[in-house]
Amino acid sequence: MDTRVQVAAGESPKLSVRDLNFYYGGFHALKKINLEIPERKVTAFIGPSGCGKSTLLRVFNRMFELYPEQRAEGAVLLDGEDILTSKLDISLIRAKIGMVFQKPTPFPMSIYENIAFGVRLFEALPRAEMDERVEWALKKAALWNEARDKLSQSGSSLSGGQQQRLCIARGIAIKPEVLLLDEPCSALDPISTGKIEELIHELKSDYTVVIVTHNMQQAARCSDYTAYMYLGDLVEFGPTAELFMKPKKRDTEDYITGRFG
Amino acid sequence: MSSISIDGARLALHRKRKAVNAVALVLSLGAMVFGVFWLIWILFETVYLGVGGLALSVFTEMTPPPQAEVGGLANAIFGSAVMVTLATLVGTPIGIMAGIYLAEYGQKTWLGRITQFINDILLSAPSIVIGLFIYTVIVARFKSYSGWAGVLALALIVIPVVIRTTENMLSLIPNALREAAYALGTPKWKVIWSITLKAARAGVITGVLLALARIAGETAPLLFTALSNQFWTSDLREPMASLPVTIFKFAMSPYENWQKLAWAGVFLITMGVLALNILARVLFRNKH
Repeated sequence: MDTRVQVAAGESPKLSVRDLNFYYGGFHALKKINLEIPERKVTAFIGPSGCGKSTLLRVFNRMFELYPEQRAEGAVLLDGEDILTSKLDISLIRAKIGMVFQKPTPFPMSIYENIAFGVRLFEALPRAEMDERVEWALKKAALWNEARDKLSQSGSSLSGGQQQRLCIARGIAIKPEVLLLDEPCSALDPISTGKIEELIHELKSDYTVVIVTHNMQQAARCSDYTAYMYLGDLVEFGPTAELFMKPKKRDTEDYITGRFG
Repeated sequence: MSSISIDGARLALHRKRKAVNAVALVLSLGAMVFGVFWLIWILFETVYLGVGGLALSVFTEMTPPPQAEVGGLANAIFGSAVMVTLATLVGTPIGIMAGIYLAEYGQKTWLGRITQFINDILLSAPSIVIGLFIYTVIVARFKSYSGWAGVLALALIVIPVVIRTTENMLSLIPNALREAAYALGTPKWKVIWSITLKAARAGVITGVLLALARIAGETAPLLFTALSNQFWTSDLREPMASLPVTIFKFAMSPYENWQKLAWAGVFLITMGVLALNILARVLFRNKH
């Protein structure tokens, strides 16, 4: 690919990806990715299944390290510091870069504890402040009205859409700077999806949001920047409106107009 | 007649499928009835003969000499309770920790694989082998049968069962839950302790209860270790009576009072094991 560092003009980058290669054992899954993700904006990764968009997301918080056969080469800079070689403990990095997964994953504890769990890892808050934090996070995730009366009930007693918002609340409760969303709506009904998209829109005033999605309309609706990936390559990256209205590459155009394949 | 028309070939295949289904159903029902028949017969005999031997004195009197007027199983019940409880207390933490190692740390390491293999052997080892092992390394060395030797033998039966269930239950926890916990910046020990082990809690407790139920009825490992004791003892350095060994001794004897007590003992063990199994099932169902 002829894409050197793809910079979003006029934005300060929160995450910079430099010459990133990624391997699943012998399989070369990401090929020399260069990308700058602007601060306090929503950046979407789109592309067909297996193109590497989720893989890229999982490099940003080093989630791939849980699996010994996976490895990354290159650099991912968070505010200028390479998180792949950072001497900082991985827990501290992950606390700065939250992640929400495809399927809702409530912890086996109450709704309140689901949120307090992560907060307690990094802050020793007195009870009243913890209550406030839980309320704040639930309000941010647009779940407070539905959950306020059942904070002591199990997290898995909520519906799928509510569970996903609980996971978002849990992620923002520890006050990260970046929020990674890995197809957060793929298991949800349209109403829950709508709520989460609204939420993403509000979150970008405080957080840098990166979302992986299969749904191009979703990328078009809620992101400021979009990256189109294909077979481990970053094909095109730019402001969402531009990428969807007049893509520079033929491949991108084929994909977004559905002529792909 | 139905007005929907279906062509003959389809209908023939459908009839064949129904016939096969009926045969399979009859066979599996037959197998079920065969199994349940013996089980109910055993339970019936146990209750019928056991209740006959049951009296308050069973719980208050010591094991009697042959042909004595009164007598009970108090020392054997107490001995069983003490040894089974201690063996579970010794075996459970070891089993859970080894199970955690296998599921969360050693999955693809050679040490993990070897441990798994050895555990499988231990799991299927005849309990009399374990009894003889403890006899050789403890009883023969200290030249005395003792309650402690019995506890160790029973613990060796508990450990592999708990390892296996803990490992299985932890492996059932989806990786997505682990990843979600790591994504918050949770350290590994805390992910295991607060998330995966907690999610697998009901299954792990069930495993411990089933192990407990199993050792409650074990005779062979106690024969060479705790032996038996005609009198009440709470000193684990001495030989200690237990229900299974007492049943073994009393049931084989020609004395009627002993035989009656043996049946009472059988009844007590059966009910205890049944209660533990039901408890394990209830626990597991509630959490799933």
